[in-house]
Amino acid sequence: MVVVVVIAAVLVAAAALMALVRVERGPSMLDRALGLDLLTASLVCAIAIEAVWSRRTETVPILLALSLVGFVGSVVISRFGVRQSGSRPDGAAESGAPAEAGSTDEEEPV
Amino acid sequence: MTEVDAGTWTTVADVVAAICLLAGAFLTFAAGVGVLRFPSLLDRMHVVTKPQVLGLLLLLLALALRVRSWSAVSMLVLVAVFQLATAPVAAHLVSRAGFRTGKVDEAVLRPNEMAGPLDAPDDEDADGADDGADDGADGAGPVDADSAEPDHPGPGGPGRTLDDDPAGRPRDH
Repeated sequence: MVVVVVIAAVLVAAAALMALVRVERGPSMLDRALGLDLLTASLVCAIAIEAVWSRRTETVPILLALSLVGFVGSVVISRFGVRQSGSRPDGAAESGAPAEAGSTDEEEPV
Repeated sequence: MTEVDAGTWTTVADVVAAICLLAGAFLTFAAGVGVLRFPSLLDRMHVVTKPQVLGLLLLLLALALRVRSWSAVSMLVLVAVFQLATAPVAAHLVSRAGFRTGKVDEAVLRPNEMAGPLDAPDDEDADGADDGADDGADGAGPVDADSAEPDHPGPGGPGRTLDDDPAGRPRDH
């Protein structure tokens, strides 16, 4: 069992390292979001491997929290982090209209 | 007899847990290789979504076979359900954001289900793959691309020919 756990830990650590390389190298923020998603998942895998090795169950709620937090990070980056000018006309009108409705009325509807 | 059976079942559960542990760790490693070496955004999205989730499920199965207590197993089932529910949503949002910001080469999308009025407003400020995006949108979705054509008089719109179309696709011949 020790050999199996060591092999699995090495594989998961290599996956986390490659995800970290992709986070550093990624051309866009979406690639970094994917890399961070994989990094969170490999962290969950590492905690699961540690729990397999030591037969402890105190770390299982950490798995539950991490599987939710990684999803939230990926969704937030892809939803709000990569918005460019004019990509969503409805969202741009909603976000820009209450603040600057009186000053720049002519330039606002793109 | 019963003691031998209990010990046998414990050994069987440990062996199955070891096999699931190795398979799950290998799938996670494959996801890492894919996210490092695959060329485009959608390939990386695929490899983060599918092999990584299967690897994580196998690791959770190994953990459930190893600890064998109902409180931990119920929480592991909850982790698996959350992962299965959230991974497609995250992949969908990432791929849609990549499509709308012009990071997806539309020539490789064979049924281009996003072609049409959804991607019409953000073709002007697409920085990266504008040449392949215009050719692919015109070739893959002929009806929707024609309806979306008068909204943006882009440079790649009216100048295309029929001979230009299969040259832009890499996998056609």
